[in-house]
Amino acid sequence: MASYKRSQNIGTVLKYIVLILVGFIMVYPLIWMVGATFKTNNEIFSNLSPFTAHPTLDGYKNAMNNYGGEINLFTAMLNTYSYVLPKVAFTVVSCTLTAYGFGRFNFKGRNLLFSVLMATLFLPQVVMNVPQFILYNKFGWVDSPIYLPLIIPSLFAFDTYFVFMMIQFLRGIPRELDEAATIDGCNSIQTLVKVICPMLKPAIVSCALFQFMWSSNDFMGPLLYVKTPSRYPATIFVKLSMDADSGFDWNRVLAVSLISIIPSLVVFFCAQDTFVDGISAGSVKG
Amino acid sequence: MAKTKSRTEKDMRNPSKFQVFCRRNFGFVFILVWLIGFLVFRLYPFISSLVYSFSDFHLFKGISEWGLMNYQEIFESDKIMKSLGVTFAYSFMTVPLKLAFALFIAYILNYKIKGVNFFRTAYYIPSILGGSVAIAVLWKALFRDEGVINAIIRAFGGEGINWLADPDYALFIISLLRVWQFGSAMVLFLAALKGVSVELYEAATIDGASKARQFFSITLPLITPVVFYNLVTQLCQAFQEFNGPYIITQGGPRDATTLFSLLIYRRAFQLNEMGMASAMAWVLFIIVMTLSVIAFVSQKYWVYYGDEK
Repeated sequence: MASYKRSQNIGTVLKYIVLILVGFIMVYPLIWMVGATFKTNNEIFSNLSPFTAHPTLDGYKNAMNNYGGEINLFTAMLNTYSYVLPKVAFTVVSCTLTAYGFGRFNFKGRNLLFSVLMATLFLPQVVMNVPQFILYNKFGWVDSPIYLPLIIPSLFAFDTYFVFMMIQFLRGIPRELDEAATIDGCNSIQTLVKVICPMLKPAIVSCALFQFMWSSNDFMGPLLYVKTPSRYPATIFVKLSMDADSGFDWNRVLAVSLISIIPSLVVFFCAQDTFVDGISAGSVKG
Repeated sequence: MAKTKSRTEKDMRNPSKFQVFCRRNFGFVFILVWLIGFLVFRLYPFISSLVYSFSDFHLFKGISEWGLMNYQEIFESDKIMKSLGVTFAYSFMTVPLKLAFALFIAYILNYKIKGVNFFRTAYYIPSILGGSVAIAVLWKALFRDEGVINAIIRAFGGEGINWLADPDYALFIISLLRVWQFGSAMVLFLAALKGVSVELYEAATIDGASKARQFFSITLPLITPVVFYNLVTQLCQAFQEFNGPYIITQGGPRDATTLFSLLIYRRAFQLNEMGMASAMAWVLFIIVMTLSVIAFVSQKYWVYYGDEK
């Protein structure tokens, strides 16, 4: 029995060693990145520790430089969120409506349309980029000052993944609640707003969170549809500053990169609990 | 006047067929936005790109010729075929590595480990940030010739490798960026592992089954639905990879990391050859579709969906 226990202890210790080792590999690049932004360019690649004896803010000071006189990191980030926030709002509304329609109603052609919805989940975006570009070009949306090609599709529940996620979640909400609301005199829109939405809240929050992360990280969209330097979002700005500076000004490049992902990091850490709650609630009920 | 009134009263009691139809199909109103979006932003482009793929459509010059020439060029061009090979190599390297890693870590986390939440967060962060340009920049800083990885190797007395300039390694480094983002697959595996009943393990232990035996005979079969889901989604993603090679290596060295999506991008958005790019996109689409269909058909041989039919 004692030896069994000992081998179990060794097993537990081994597991922690693996977890910590892997965790270190996962997180070290990020921590090194934070440290590197405070180093001089000479020190960045010669000192592997994230800490430095001679911290400098040069990287950050230079990160504020304009690029070609037209755009700096802050305007680029403002540009990013000027289309990300409407996109998140539109996605939440349109996906909730669609999920409600599919999840709670029977209508002619429902099953066929639902299969179509599921099929679009497997439609690779790479195939769609070319024809969508041609379409938006026809509409005159390319390089639109209000980022039409990036925002408008989200009005129409374009990211079907979220619709699917919400339908899954809706299945866990008892239909009796809807029926009770109907008996109390709610029409279907009131039922959606007053009964379903509060229950759906975890799914809505994770939908908003994911859409926020994905669209602020999105590179391909702005690469294709934003052509005017003063309207570049942060992702394009980071790429350009890397192309311009790599080889000699790494502390600036890394500082620019780090600042550009800070909002995403903050959102992730703040919303983490709600997010995990959302997932577990969904799996318990679904 | 009286006539109209009586008609509305009649309507209230005996609604016309049209009204019944509307009431029964009211849910349709809610999916209308999605349906319009689907028709305009997905179905129309999807079909039009098939049509364009048989033309020499140039964004500014229009169409002057119809035919199979784009497809012919694809299958005759060594460069395009090589890129297809690179894409397969990339996907079949990235997906198994990523899934194996995700499952391995999820398996360890599934034991009653203190600080599960902490580890889960640490492993999940790369997945959340991974697609961003900032992380691609970081990857370049790590693996460049004078980068962090070589500095570590040299600190241990080894000889550095010019990872991103060596055709033998560059693709692997690009792949590693995605493997590093195993967090989302891991979260799904972890949820599936938690669903496996403890009694099964207890019974197996009493019967004298080793841990390895338990894993392959109990755990793995029971979580095959999640393995399947992860496999299909990750494969789809891998075949579309663009950001990593575009930002880190620009497809080099010597086209070693020129994935198919990079070629499509160049043809479409640098050369404006929309017809050719559409044809290439369709080739990629058919490959991804075929792989997905194979996965779906093969399900009945290896995916376990409980006792339900």
